[in-house]
Amino acid sequence: MAIERLFRRRRTRGEGREVPELWIRCENCGAQLYKKDLEQNLGVCPHCGHHHRIPVEDWVKILADEGSFEATTGRVHPVDPLGFVDTEPYPERLARYQQKTGRPDAIYGGRAQIGGVPSVLLVMDYAFAGGSMGSVVGEEIARGAELAAEENRALVIVTASGGARMQEGALSLMQMAKTTMALEFVFQKRLPYVSVLTDPTTGGVTASFATLADVIFAEPGALIGFAGPRVIKQTIRQDLPEGFQRSEFLLKHGLLDAVVDRRKLKAELVRVLKLLYPGEADGA
Amino acid sequence: MALEFERPLIELEEKIRELEATAREQNLDLSEEIGLLKAKLERLEREIFEGLTPWQRVQLARAPGRPTTLDVAERLFEEFVELKGDRAFADDPAIVGGLARFSGRRVVFVGHQKGRNTKENIARNFGMPHPEGYRKAMRLMDLADREGLPFLAFIDTPGAYPGISAEERGQAWVIARSIQRMSRLKVPAVAVILGEGGSGGALAIGVGNRVLILENAWYSVISPESCAAILWRDAKEAERAAEALKLTARDLLELGVVDRIVPEPGGGAHRNPEGAIRELQKALEAVLGELEGLDPEALWQDRYRKFRALGAYRET
Repeated sequence: MAIERLFRRRRTRGEGREVPELWIRCENCGAQLYKKDLEQNLGVCPHCGHHHRIPVEDWVKILADEGSFEATTGRVHPVDPLGFVDTEPYPERLARYQQKTGRPDAIYGGRAQIGGVPSVLLVMDYAFAGGSMGSVVGEEIARGAELAAEENRALVIVTASGGARMQEGALSLMQMAKTTMALEFVFQKRLPYVSVLTDPTTGGVTASFATLADVIFAEPGALIGFAGPRVIKQTIRQDLPEGFQRSEFLLKHGLLDAVVDRRKLKAELVRVLKLLYPGEADGA
Repeated sequence: MALEFERPLIELEEKIRELEATAREQNLDLSEEIGLLKAKLERLEREIFEGLTPWQRVQLARAPGRPTTLDVAERLFEEFVELKGDRAFADDPAIVGGLARFSGRRVVFVGHQKGRNTKENIARNFGMPHPEGYRKAMRLMDLADREGLPFLAFIDTPGAYPGISAEERGQAWVIARSIQRMSRLKVPAVAVILGEGGSGGALAIGVGNRVLILENAWYSVISPESCAAILWRDAKEAERAAEALKLTARDLLELGVVDRIVPEPGGGAHRNPEGAIRELQKALEAVLGELEGLDPEALWQDRYRKFRALGAYRET
Protein backbone atom coordinates (compact mmCIF):
# COMPACT_ATOMS: atom_id res chain seq x y z
CA MET A 1 0.00 0.00 0.00
CA ALA A 2 2.71 2.42 1.00
CA ILE A 3 4.82 1.47 -1.98
CA GLU A 4 1.93 2.00 -4.37
CA ARG A 5 1.42 5.45 -2.99
CA LEU A 6 5.09 6.20 -3.42
CA PHE A 7 4.94 5.26 -7.11
CA ARG A 8 1.81 7.24 -7.63
CA ARG A 9 3.31 10.29 -6.05
CA ARG A 10 6.45 10.10 -8.13
CA ARG A 11 4.46 9.83 -11.31
CA THR A 12 2.38 12.87 -10.45
CA ARG A 13 5.46 14.86 -9.70
CA GLY A 14 7.03 13.77 -12.98
CA GLU A 15 4.01 14.91 -14.96
CA GLY A 16 3.91 18.20 -13.13
CA ARG A 17 7.46 18.96 -14.32
CA GLU A 18 8.35 20.27 -10.89
CA VAL A 19 11.49 18.16 -10.61
CA PRO A 20 13.99 17.37 -13.36
CA GLU A 21 13.32 14.02 -14.93
CA LEU A 22 15.37 11.36 -13.27
CA TRP A 23 14.33 8.53 -15.50
CA ILE A 24 14.72 8.13 -19.20
CA ARG A 25 13.46 5.50 -21.58
CA CYS A 26 16.00 3.87 -23.94
CA GLU A 27 15.17 4.96 -27.49
CA ASN A 28 15.89 1.49 -28.73
CA CYS A 29 14.83 -1.17 -26.22
CA GLY A 30 12.49 0.94 -24.11
CA ALA A 31 14.18 0.04 -20.83
CA GLN A 32 13.66 2.53 -17.99
CA LEU A 33 17.07 3.92 -17.17
CA TYR A 34 18.14 6.06 -14.29
CA LYS A 35 19.41 9.18 -16.03
CA LYS A 36 22.57 9.40 -13.94
CA ASP A 37 23.41 5.78 -14.75
CA LEU A 38 22.97 6.45 -18.45
CA GLU A 39 25.18 9.52 -18.22
CA GLN A 40 27.82 7.55 -16.38
CA ASN A 41 27.64 4.97 -19.12
CA LEU A 42 28.33 7.78 -21.67
CA GLY A 43 24.80 7.62 -23.03
CA VAL A 44 25.03 3.95 -23.95
CA CYS A 45 22.07 1.84 -22.83
CA PRO A 46 23.39 -0.79 -20.41
CA HIS A 47 20.72 -3.24 -21.61
CA CYS A 48 20.91 -3.09 -25.40
CA GLY A 49 24.04 -1.03 -26.10
CA HIS A 50 22.12 1.65 -28.00
CA HIS A 51 24.19 4.81 -28.31
CA HIS A 52 22.05 7.82 -27.39
CA ARG A 53 22.93 11.25 -28.67
CA ILE A 54 24.84 13.18 -26.01
CA PRO A 55 25.52 16.90 -25.54
CA VAL A 56 28.63 18.21 -27.31
CA GLU A 57 30.20 19.20 -23.99
CA ASP A 58 30.02 15.53 -23.00
CA TRP A 59 31.96 14.63 -26.11
CA VAL A 60 34.71 16.95 -25.03
CA LYS A 61 34.68 15.35 -21.57
CA ILE A 62 34.91 11.90 -23.09
CA LEU A 63 37.72 12.61 -25.53
CA ALA A 64 39.85 15.45 -24.17
CA ASP A 65 42.30 14.83 -21.34
CA GLU A 66 40.99 16.33 -18.14
CA GLY A 67 41.52 20.06 -17.91
CA SER A 68 43.17 20.29 -21.32
CA PHE A 69 40.32 21.71 -23.37
CA GLU A 70 40.32 25.32 -24.45
CA ALA A 71 37.44 26.37 -26.70
CA THR A 72 38.24 28.28 -29.87
CA THR A 73 34.75 28.30 -31.39
CA GLY A 74 31.95 30.66 -30.49
CA ARG A 75 33.06 33.91 -32.04
CA VAL A 76 31.77 33.26 -35.55
CA HIS A 77 28.06 33.95 -35.84
CA PRO A 78 25.63 33.10 -38.62
CA VAL A 79 23.94 35.75 -40.75
CA ASP A 80 21.13 35.54 -43.28
CA PRO A 81 22.84 36.01 -46.66
CA LEU A 82 19.81 35.05 -48.77
CA GLY A 83 17.04 36.66 -46.73
CA PHE A 84 15.63 33.16 -46.49
CA VAL A 85 12.06 32.63 -45.39
CA ASP A 86 10.35 29.27 -45.37
CA THR A 87 7.73 28.56 -42.72
CA GLU A 88 9.62 31.09 -40.62
CA PRO A 89 12.42 33.58 -41.33
CA TYR A 90 15.91 32.09 -41.03
CA PRO A 91 17.09 34.61 -38.38
CA GLU A 92 14.19 33.55 -36.12
CA ARG A 93 15.04 29.91 -36.62
CA LEU A 94 18.67 30.68 -35.75
CA ALA A 95 17.69 32.62 -32.64
CA ARG A 96 15.60 29.68 -31.46
CA TYR A 97 18.50 27.23 -31.86
CA GLN A 98 20.93 29.67 -30.27
CA GLN A 99 18.66 29.98 -27.26
CA LYS A 100 18.22 26.21 -27.04
CA THR A 101 21.92 25.35 -27.29
CA GLY A 102 23.67 28.47 -26.03
CA ARG A 103 25.87 28.36 -29.10
CA PRO A 104 26.02 30.62 -32.16
CA ASP A 105 25.86 27.65 -34.53
CA ALA A 106 26.11 23.87 -34.83
CA ILE A 107 29.73 23.41 -33.84
CA TYR A 108 31.83 23.44 -30.69
CA GLY A 109 35.52 22.79 -30.27
CA GLY A 110 39.02 23.94 -29.57
CA ARG A 111 42.50 22.92 -28.50
CA ALA A 112 42.79 19.74 -26.46
CA GLN A 113 45.22 17.07 -25.44
CA ILE A 114 43.98 13.60 -26.35
CA GLY A 115 45.99 10.91 -24.59
CA GLY A 116 48.73 13.51 -24.43
CA VAL A 117 48.61 14.17 -28.18
CA PRO A 118 48.13 17.88 -28.89
CA SER A 119 44.94 18.11 -30.90
CA VAL A 120 42.19 20.27 -32.25
CA LEU A 121 38.89 18.67 -31.29
CA LEU A 122 35.71 19.76 -33.09
CA VAL A 123 32.24 18.42 -32.32
CA MET A 124 29.13 19.04 -34.41
CA ASP A 125 25.94 19.78 -32.51
CA TYR A 126 22.94 17.92 -33.85
CA ALA A 127 20.69 19.86 -31.48
CA PHE A 128 21.40 23.00 -33.50
CA ALA A 129 19.41 22.80 -36.75
CA GLY A 130 20.20 19.11 -37.13
CA GLY A 131 23.91 19.82 -37.16
CA SER A 132 23.52 21.32 -40.61
CA MET A 133 26.56 22.90 -42.24
CA GLY A 134 26.24 26.52 -43.26
CA SER A 135 28.90 29.21 -43.45
CA VAL A 136 29.72 29.12 -39.73
CA VAL A 137 30.21 25.37 -39.46
CA GLY A 138 32.31 25.46 -42.64
CA GLU A 139 34.36 28.34 -41.33
CA GLU A 140 35.00 26.69 -37.96
CA ILE A 141 36.02 23.41 -39.58
CA ALA A 142 38.39 25.26 -41.90
CA ARG A 143 39.82 27.31 -39.02
CA GLY A 144 40.18 24.18 -36.92
CA ALA A 145 42.15 22.48 -39.68
CA GLU A 146 44.31 25.56 -40.17
CA LEU A 147 44.91 25.82 -36.42
CA ALA A 148 45.93 22.17 -36.25
CA ALA A 149 48.41 22.70 -39.08
CA GLU A 150 49.74 25.91 -37.59
CA GLU A 151 50.31 24.47 -34.12
CA ASN A 152 51.24 20.93 -35.17
CA ARG A 153 48.18 19.34 -33.69
CA ALA A 154 46.20 16.29 -34.67
CA LEU A 155 42.69 16.99 -35.95
CA VAL A 156 39.75 15.09 -34.50
CA ILE A 157 36.21 15.80 -35.68
CA VAL A 158 33.06 14.23 -34.22
CA THR A 159 30.28 14.58 -36.78
CA ALA A 160 26.50 14.63 -36.46
CA SER A 161 24.70 16.33 -39.28
CA GLY A 162 21.75 16.11 -41.60
CA GLY A 163 23.92 17.73 -44.28
CA ALA A 164 24.35 21.17 -45.75
CA ARG A 165 22.07 23.94 -44.49
CA MET A 166 19.40 24.81 -47.03
CA GLN A 167 18.80 28.32 -45.71
CA GLU A 168 22.21 29.48 -46.93
CA GLY A 169 21.76 28.00 -50.40
CA ALA A 170 24.84 27.65 -52.60
CA LEU A 171 27.01 29.18 -49.87
CA SER A 172 26.37 26.07 -47.76
CA LEU A 173 27.33 23.90 -50.70
CA MET A 174 30.59 25.81 -51.04
CA GLN A 175 31.50 24.88 -47.46
CA MET A 176 32.10 21.36 -48.75
CA ALA A 177 34.90 22.63 -50.99
CA LYS A 178 36.20 25.06 -48.36
CA THR A 179 36.51 22.46 -45.58
CA THR A 180 38.00 19.89 -47.95
CA MET A 181 40.66 22.31 -49.11
CA ALA A 182 41.52 23.48 -45.58
CA LEU A 183 42.34 19.86 -44.64
CA GLU A 184 45.18 20.04 -47.13
CA PHE A 185 47.33 21.93 -44.63
CA VAL A 186 46.90 19.15 -42.08
CA PHE A 187 47.88 16.52 -44.63
CA GLN A 188 50.84 18.51 -45.93
CA LYS A 189 52.28 18.66 -42.43
CA ARG A 190 51.72 14.91 -41.99
CA LEU A 191 49.44 15.50 -39.06
CA PRO A 192 46.79 12.91 -38.33
CA TYR A 193 43.11 13.54 -38.99
CA VAL A 194 40.59 11.18 -37.44
CA SER A 195 36.84 11.50 -37.83
CA VAL A 196 34.23 9.95 -35.59
CA LEU A 197 30.91 9.63 -37.36
CA THR A 198 27.89 9.57 -35.07
CA ASP A 199 24.20 9.19 -35.69
CA PRO A 200 23.29 10.65 -38.12
CA THR A 201 25.93 11.88 -40.54
CA THR A 202 24.54 12.46 -44.02
CA GLY A 203 24.61 14.75 -47.03
CA GLY A 204 27.19 17.46 -47.51
CA VAL A 205 29.14 16.62 -44.36
CA THR A 206 29.59 12.98 -45.33
CA ALA A 207 30.40 14.09 -48.88
CA SER A 208 33.23 16.37 -47.75
CA PHE A 209 35.56 16.60 -44.75
CA ALA A 210 33.99 13.79 -42.67
CA THR A 211 35.03 10.97 -44.99
CA LEU A 212 38.44 12.39 -45.93
CA ALA A 213 40.02 11.47 -42.61
CA ASP A 214 43.07 9.21 -42.38
CA VAL A 215 41.08 7.02 -40.05
CA ILE A 216 37.28 6.92 -39.92
CA PHE A 217 35.55 5.58 -36.82
CA ALA A 218 31.81 5.28 -36.50
CA GLU A 219 29.51 4.64 -33.59
CA PRO A 220 27.47 1.43 -33.54
CA GLY A 221 24.19 1.70 -35.38
CA ALA A 222 24.83 5.22 -36.68
CA LEU A 223 23.05 6.23 -39.87
CA ILE A 224 25.69 7.41 -42.31
CA GLY A 225 25.31 8.14 -45.99
CA PHE A 226 24.93 10.58 -48.83
CA ALA A 227 21.17 10.65 -49.31
CA GLY A 228 18.82 10.14 -46.41
CA PRO A 229 16.73 6.95 -46.33
CA ARG A 230 13.51 8.89 -47.04
CA VAL A 231 14.90 10.36 -50.25
CA ILE A 232 16.22 6.98 -51.38
CA LYS A 233 12.89 5.33 -50.68
CA GLN A 234 11.08 7.99 -52.70
CA THR A 235 13.52 7.59 -55.58
CA ILE A 236 13.51 3.83 -55.89
CA ARG A 237 10.02 3.20 -54.46
CA GLN A 238 11.18 0.13 -52.56
CA ASP A 239 11.74 -0.68 -48.94
CA LEU A 240 15.35 -0.45 -47.87
CA PRO A 241 17.21 -3.54 -46.68
CA GLU A 242 17.63 -4.12 -42.94
CA GLY A 243 20.62 -2.25 -41.55
CA PHE A 244 21.12 -0.25 -44.76
CA GLN A 245 23.38 2.80 -44.25
CA ARG A 246 24.16 1.78 -40.68
CA SER A 247 27.76 1.69 -39.46
CA GLU A 248 28.00 -2.10 -39.53
CA PHE A 249 26.77 -2.16 -43.15
CA LEU A 250 29.29 0.50 -44.14
CA LEU A 251 32.13 -1.32 -42.39
CA LYS A 252 31.27 -4.40 -44.42
CA HIS A 253 31.32 -2.32 -47.60
CA GLY A 254 34.79 -1.02 -46.87
CA LEU A 255 33.84 2.55 -46.07
CA LEU A 256 34.92 2.72 -42.42
CA ASP A 257 37.95 1.59 -40.44
CA ALA A 258 36.07 0.49 -37.34
CA VAL A 259 32.78 0.62 -35.52
CA VAL A 260 33.72 1.56 -31.99
CA ASP A 261 31.68 1.44 -28.80
CA ARG A 262 31.63 4.90 -27.23
CA ARG A 263 32.99 3.47 -23.97
CA LYS A 264 36.12 2.27 -25.79
CA LEU A 265 36.42 5.16 -28.22
CA LYS A 266 38.93 7.29 -26.37
CA ALA A 267 41.34 4.38 -25.95
CA GLU A 268 41.06 3.46 -29.63
CA LEU A 269 41.44 7.07 -30.71
CA VAL A 270 44.53 7.55 -28.57
CA ARG A 271 46.12 4.38 -29.96
CA VAL A 272 45.64 5.60 -33.51
CA LEU A 273 46.72 9.16 -32.76
CA LYS A 274 49.89 7.96 -31.10
CA LEU A 275 50.74 5.75 -34.07
CA LEU A 276 50.11 8.57 -36.51
CA TYR A 277 51.33 11.63 -34.66
CA PRO A 278 54.95 12.39 -35.47
CA GLY A 279 56.72 12.07 -32.12
CA GLU A 280 60.21 12.35 -30.76
CA ALA A 281 60.68 8.59 -31.12
CA ASP A 282 60.64 9.05 -34.91
CA GLY A 283 63.33 11.66 -34.71
CA ALA A 284 60.82 14.17 -36.01
CA MET B 1 7.01 20.66 -75.77
CA ALA B 2 7.10 24.35 -75.04
CA LEU B 3 7.21 25.84 -71.58
CA GLU B 4 4.16 27.82 -70.50
CA PHE B 5 5.85 31.21 -70.72
CA GLU B 6 7.29 30.44 -74.17
CA ARG B 7 3.87 29.94 -75.81
CA PRO B 8 3.32 33.52 -77.00
CA LEU B 9 6.72 33.40 -78.69
CA ILE B 10 6.02 30.12 -80.38
CA GLU B 11 2.63 31.31 -81.59
CA LEU B 12 4.22 34.42 -83.05
CA GLU B 13 6.92 32.38 -84.72
CA GLU B 14 4.28 30.19 -86.29
CA LYS B 15 2.46 33.23 -87.60
CA ILE B 16 5.68 34.52 -89.18
CA ARG B 17 6.32 31.15 -90.79
CA GLU B 18 2.79 31.07 -92.16
CA LEU B 19 3.15 34.54 -93.64
CA GLU B 20 6.48 33.62 -95.18
CA ALA B 21 4.91 30.54 -96.74
CA THR B 22 1.99 32.55 -98.07
CA ALA B 23 4.35 35.12 -99.54
CA ARG B 24 6.30 32.39 -101.27
CA GLU B 25 3.32 30.42 -102.55
CA GLN B 26 1.35 33.40 -103.79
CA ASN B 27 4.37 35.42 -104.79
CA LEU B 28 3.36 38.37 -102.61
CA ASP B 29 5.53 40.98 -100.97
CA LEU B 30 4.71 40.68 -97.26
CA SER B 31 8.15 41.76 -96.09
CA GLU B 32 6.78 44.78 -94.24
CA GLU B 33 4.26 42.72 -92.24
CA ILE B 34 6.85 40.05 -91.60
CA GLY B 35 9.39 42.63 -90.50
CA LEU B 36 6.92 44.11 -88.05
CA LEU B 37 6.12 40.72 -86.59
CA LYS B 38 9.80 39.86 -86.26
CA ALA B 39 10.43 43.09 -84.41
CA LYS B 40 7.48 42.28 -82.18
CA LEU B 41 8.87 38.81 -81.58
CA GLU B 42 12.22 40.19 -80.57
CA ARG B 43 10.59 42.68 -78.23
CA LEU B 44 8.36 40.04 -76.68
CA GLU B 45 11.28 37.67 -76.27
CA ARG B 46 13.30 40.32 -74.48
CA GLU B 47 10.36 41.20 -72.24
CA ILE B 48 9.67 37.61 -71.30
CA PHE B 49 13.30 36.68 -70.70
CA GLU B 50 14.14 39.76 -68.69
CA GLY B 51 11.26 39.08 -66.36
CA LEU B 52 11.82 35.38 -65.85
CA THR B 53 11.25 34.12 -62.33
CA PRO B 54 13.83 31.78 -60.75
CA TRP B 55 11.40 28.89 -61.14
CA GLN B 56 11.01 29.64 -64.87
CA ARG B 57 14.78 29.62 -65.21
CA VAL B 58 14.91 26.25 -63.46
CA GLN B 59 12.51 25.01 -66.12
CA LEU B 60 14.70 26.46 -68.86
CA ALA B 61 17.75 24.77 -67.34
CA ARG B 62 15.93 21.46 -67.77
CA ALA B 63 14.33 22.16 -71.15
CA PRO B 64 14.73 19.49 -73.82
CA GLY B 65 17.09 20.69 -76.53
CA ARG B 66 19.39 22.46 -74.12
CA PRO B 67 23.00 21.57 -74.98
CA THR B 68 24.32 18.60 -73.02
CA THR B 69 28.01 17.92 -72.41
CA LEU B 70 28.28 15.82 -75.57
CA ASP B 71 26.47 18.51 -77.62
CA VAL B 72 28.99 21.00 -76.28
CA ALA B 73 31.88 18.64 -77.02
CA GLU B 74 30.71 18.19 -80.60
CA ARG B 75 30.43 21.91 -81.32
CA LEU B 76 32.99 23.46 -79.00
CA PHE B 77 35.94 21.21 -79.73
CA GLU B 78 37.78 20.85 -83.02
CA GLU B 79 37.97 17.16 -82.18
CA PHE B 80 37.46 14.93 -79.18
CA VAL B 81 37.93 11.33 -78.11
CA GLU B 82 35.64 9.98 -75.44
CA LEU B 83 37.37 7.89 -72.78
CA LYS B 84 35.35 5.47 -70.73
CA GLY B 85 35.38 3.54 -67.50
CA ASP B 86 36.60 4.01 -63.96
CA ARG B 87 39.14 1.15 -64.21
CA ALA B 88 37.57 -0.42 -61.14
CA PHE B 89 33.92 -1.26 -61.53
CA ALA B 90 32.04 0.11 -64.53
CA ASP B 91 31.55 2.87 -67.02
CA ASP B 92 28.95 5.35 -65.79
CA PRO B 93 27.00 6.78 -68.72
CA ALA B 94 25.86 9.70 -66.52
CA ILE B 95 29.35 11.18 -66.69
CA VAL B 96 31.33 11.46 -69.91
CA GLY B 97 34.79 12.72 -70.57
CA GLY B 98 37.87 12.50 -72.68
CA LEU B 99 40.57 14.26 -74.64
CA ALA B 100 39.83 17.20 -76.87
CA ARG B 101 41.25 20.07 -78.85
CA PHE B 102 39.80 23.45 -77.92
CA SER B 103 40.75 26.54 -79.90
CA GLY B 104 44.04 24.93 -80.88
CA ARG B 105 45.06 23.68 -77.43
CA ARG B 106 44.74 20.17 -76.03
CA VAL B 107 42.43 19.77 -73.03
CA VAL B 108 40.86 17.07 -70.87
CA PHE B 109 37.13 17.38 -70.22
CA VAL B 110 34.42 15.71 -68.16
CA GLY B 111 30.75 16.46 -67.76
CA HIS B 112 27.45 15.13 -66.54
CA GLN B 113 25.49 13.66 -69.40
CA LYS B 114 21.72 13.77 -69.60
CA GLY B 115 19.81 12.05 -72.37
CA ARG B 116 18.47 13.98 -75.33
CA ASN B 117 15.22 11.99 -75.14
CA THR B 118 13.47 9.67 -72.70
CA LYS B 119 15.16 6.50 -73.89
CA GLU B 120 18.60 8.08 -73.69
CA ASN B 121 17.73 9.64 -70.37
CA ILE B 122 16.96 6.25 -68.88
CA ALA B 123 20.28 4.91 -70.16
CA ARG B 124 22.07 7.94 -68.74
CA ASN B 125 20.15 7.79 -65.43
CA PHE B 126 18.94 11.36 -66.07
CA GLY B 127 22.46 12.62 -65.54
CA MET B 128 22.63 11.32 -61.97
CA PRO B 129 26.03 9.67 -61.50
CA HIS B 130 26.98 6.66 -59.42
CA PRO B 131 30.35 6.51 -57.64
CA GLU B 132 31.98 5.02 -60.74
CA GLY B 133 31.14 8.20 -62.64
CA TYR B 134 33.11 10.31 -60.20
CA ARG B 135 35.94 7.78 -60.24
CA LYS B 136 36.05 8.19 -64.00
CA ALA B 137 36.19 11.96 -63.53
CA MET B 138 39.07 11.58 -61.05
CA ARG B 139 40.91 9.29 -63.41
CA LEU B 140 40.65 12.00 -66.05
CA MET B 141 41.90 14.59 -63.57
CA ASP B 142 44.96 12.36 -63.06
CA LEU B 143 45.42 12.29 -66.81
CA ALA B 144 45.15 16.08 -67.11
CA ASP B 145 47.80 16.50 -64.42
CA ARG B 146 50.15 13.94 -65.95
CA GLU B 147 49.92 15.49 -69.40
CA GLY B 148 49.79 19.06 -68.13
CA LEU B 149 46.52 19.77 -69.95
CA PRO B 150 43.84 22.25 -68.85
CA PHE B 151 40.81 20.58 -67.31
CA LEU B 152 37.27 21.54 -68.30
CA ALA B 153 34.22 20.32 -66.39
CA PHE B 154 30.62 20.69 -67.57
CA ILE B 155 28.00 20.50 -64.88
CA ASP B 156 24.46 19.40 -65.62
CA THR B 157 22.92 17.13 -63.03
CA PRO B 158 19.87 17.14 -60.80
CA GLY B 159 22.21 15.54 -58.25
CA ALA B 160 24.26 12.44 -57.58
CA TYR B 161 22.07 9.33 -57.70
CA PRO B 162 20.34 8.66 -54.38
CA GLY B 163 19.98 4.88 -54.54
CA ILE B 164 20.98 1.67 -52.81
CA SER B 165 23.76 0.79 -55.24
CA ALA B 166 25.27 4.26 -55.03
CA GLU B 167 25.22 4.26 -51.24
CA GLU B 168 26.74 0.79 -51.04
CA ARG B 169 29.63 1.91 -53.18
CA GLY B 170 30.25 5.03 -51.10
CA GLN B 171 28.60 7.88 -52.98
CA ALA B 172 29.48 10.40 -50.25
CA TRP B 173 33.06 9.14 -49.96
CA VAL B 174 33.68 9.40 -53.67
CA ILE B 175 32.16 12.88 -53.96
CA ALA B 176 34.44 14.07 -51.15
CA ARG B 177 37.41 12.50 -52.95
CA SER B 178 36.46 14.10 -56.22
CA ILE B 179 36.19 17.55 -54.62
CA GLN B 180 39.61 16.98 -53.09
CA ARG B 181 41.14 15.62 -56.28
CA MET B 182 39.88 18.50 -58.38
CA SER B 183 41.10 21.07 -55.85
CA ARG B 184 44.57 19.52 -56.16
CA LEU B 185 44.82 19.85 -59.96
CA LYS B 186 48.18 21.17 -61.09
CA VAL B 187 46.64 22.51 -64.27
CA PRO B 188 44.09 25.28 -64.93
CA ALA B 189 40.60 24.04 -64.09
CA VAL B 190 37.39 25.62 -65.32
CA ALA B 191 33.90 24.47 -64.40
CA VAL B 192 30.85 25.46 -66.42
CA ILE B 193 27.31 25.00 -65.18
CA LEU B 194 25.42 24.22 -68.36
CA GLY B 195 21.98 23.45 -66.96
CA GLU B 196 21.37 22.02 -63.52
CA GLY B 197 23.90 22.29 -60.72
CA GLY B 198 22.35 19.95 -58.19
CA SER B 199 24.26 19.95 -54.92
CA GLY B 200 27.27 17.77 -54.06
CA GLY B 201 26.88 15.76 -57.24
CA ALA B 202 27.57 18.97 -59.15
CA LEU B 203 30.28 20.36 -56.87
CA ALA B 204 32.24 17.09 -57.18
CA ILE B 205 33.41 18.42 -60.56
CA GLY B 206 32.92 22.10 -59.71
CA VAL B 207 36.15 23.05 -57.97
CA GLY B 208 37.48 25.20 -60.78
CA ASN B 209 39.84 28.17 -60.72
CA ARG B 210 36.97 29.79 -62.52
CA VAL B 211 33.34 28.79 -62.36
CA LEU B 212 31.15 29.89 -65.25
CA ILE B 213 27.40 29.55 -65.52
CA LEU B 214 25.05 29.79 -68.46
CA GLU B 215 22.53 32.56 -68.04
CA ASN B 216 19.55 30.32 -67.36
CA ALA B 217 21.30 27.55 -65.45
CA TRP B 218 20.86 27.01 -61.70
CA TYR B 219 23.24 25.84 -58.98
CA SER B 220 22.39 25.19 -55.37
CA VAL B 221 22.66 23.06 -52.28
CA ILE B 222 19.42 21.24 -53.09
CA SER B 223 16.86 21.14 -55.88
CA PRO B 224 13.83 23.40 -55.39
CA GLU B 225 11.54 20.36 -55.26
CA SER B 226 13.52 18.60 -52.53
CA CYS B 227 13.91 21.84 -50.60
CA ALA B 228 10.16 22.41 -50.76
CA ALA B 229 9.47 18.83 -49.69
CA ILE B 230 11.64 19.28 -46.60
CA LEU B 231 10.96 22.86 -45.53
CA TRP B 232 7.36 23.27 -46.66
CA ARG B 233 6.59 19.55 -46.53
CA ASP B 234 5.15 19.94 -50.03
CA ALA B 235 7.06 19.52 -53.29
CA LYS B 236 4.47 21.78 -54.96
CA GLU B 237 6.06 24.72 -53.18
CA ALA B 238 9.08 24.34 -55.48
CA GLU B 239 8.41 27.73 -57.02
CA ARG B 240 8.78 29.41 -53.62
CA ALA B 241 11.84 27.33 -52.83
CA ALA B 242 13.42 28.39 -56.14
CA GLU B 243 12.96 32.02 -55.12
CA ALA B 244 14.30 31.50 -51.63
CA LEU B 245 17.40 29.51 -52.61
CA LYS B 246 18.89 32.33 -54.75
CA LEU B 247 19.98 29.81 -57.31
CA THR B 248 20.00 31.88 -60.51
CA ALA B 249 23.14 32.92 -62.37
CA ARG B 250 22.77 36.54 -61.29
CA ASP B 251 22.27 35.63 -57.63
CA LEU B 252 25.27 33.30 -57.69
CA LEU B 253 27.47 35.97 -59.24
CA GLU B 254 26.47 38.31 -56.42
CA LEU B 255 27.24 35.67 -53.81
CA GLY B 256 30.64 35.05 -55.39
CA VAL B 257 29.83 31.41 -56.09
CA VAL B 258 30.34 31.89 -59.83
CA ASP B 259 32.81 34.17 -61.59
CA ARG B 260 31.14 34.81 -64.88
CA ILE B 261 27.78 34.46 -66.60
CA VAL B 262 27.76 33.12 -70.15
CA PRO B 263 24.92 34.92 -71.97
CA GLU B 264 22.37 32.77 -73.75
CA PRO B 265 20.91 33.81 -77.10
CA GLY B 266 17.38 35.25 -77.13
CA GLY B 267 14.88 32.52 -76.36
CA GLY B 268 17.37 30.49 -74.37
CA ALA B 269 20.07 27.93 -75.10
CA HIS B 270 17.56 25.17 -75.82
CA ARG B 271 16.23 27.08 -78.81
CA ASN B 272 19.64 28.10 -80.09
CA PRO B 273 22.35 25.73 -78.81
CA GLU B 274 24.86 26.87 -81.44
CA GLY B 275 24.55 30.47 -80.30
CA ALA B 276 24.97 29.46 -76.67
CA ILE B 277 28.06 27.41 -77.42
CA ARG B 278 29.61 30.29 -79.40
CA GLU B 279 29.26 32.48 -76.31
CA LEU B 280 30.69 29.70 -74.17
CA GLN B 281 33.70 29.42 -76.45
CA LYS B 282 34.44 33.14 -76.05
CA ALA B 283 34.14 32.95 -72.28
CA LEU B 284 36.29 29.83 -72.00
CA GLU B 285 39.01 31.29 -74.16
CA ALA B 286 39.06 34.39 -71.98
CA VAL B 287 39.32 32.55 -68.65
CA LEU B 288 41.82 29.97 -69.90
CA GLY B 289 43.91 32.89 -71.11
CA GLU B 290 43.94 34.26 -67.56
CA LEU B 291 45.05 30.95 -66.08
CA GLU B 292 47.45 29.42 -68.57
CA GLY B 293 50.53 31.26 -67.38
CA LEU B 294 50.14 30.14 -63.74
CA ASP B 295 52.28 27.40 -62.19
CA PRO B 296 50.76 24.57 -60.10
CA GLU B 297 51.35 26.37 -56.79
CA ALA B 298 49.78 29.58 -58.05
CA LEU B 299 46.82 27.61 -59.40
CA TRP B 300 46.30 25.93 -56.01
CA GLN B 301 46.55 29.28 -54.24
CA ASP B 302 44.08 30.81 -56.68
CA ARG B 303 41.59 27.98 -56.09
CA TYR B 304 42.11 27.99 -52.32
CA ARG B 305 41.59 31.73 -52.00
CA LYS B 306 38.45 31.54 -54.06
CA PHE B 307 36.74 28.79 -52.07
CA ARG B 308 38.16 29.76 -48.67
CA ALA B 309 36.48 33.14 -48.97
CA LEU B 310 33.00 31.75 -49.65
CA GLY B 311 30.52 32.02 -46.82
CA ALA B 312 28.70 34.71 -44.90
CA TYR B 313 29.10 35.26 -41.16
CA ARG B 314 29.91 37.91 -38.63
CA GLU B 315 32.54 37.81 -35.98
CA THR B 316 32.49 39.03 -32.37
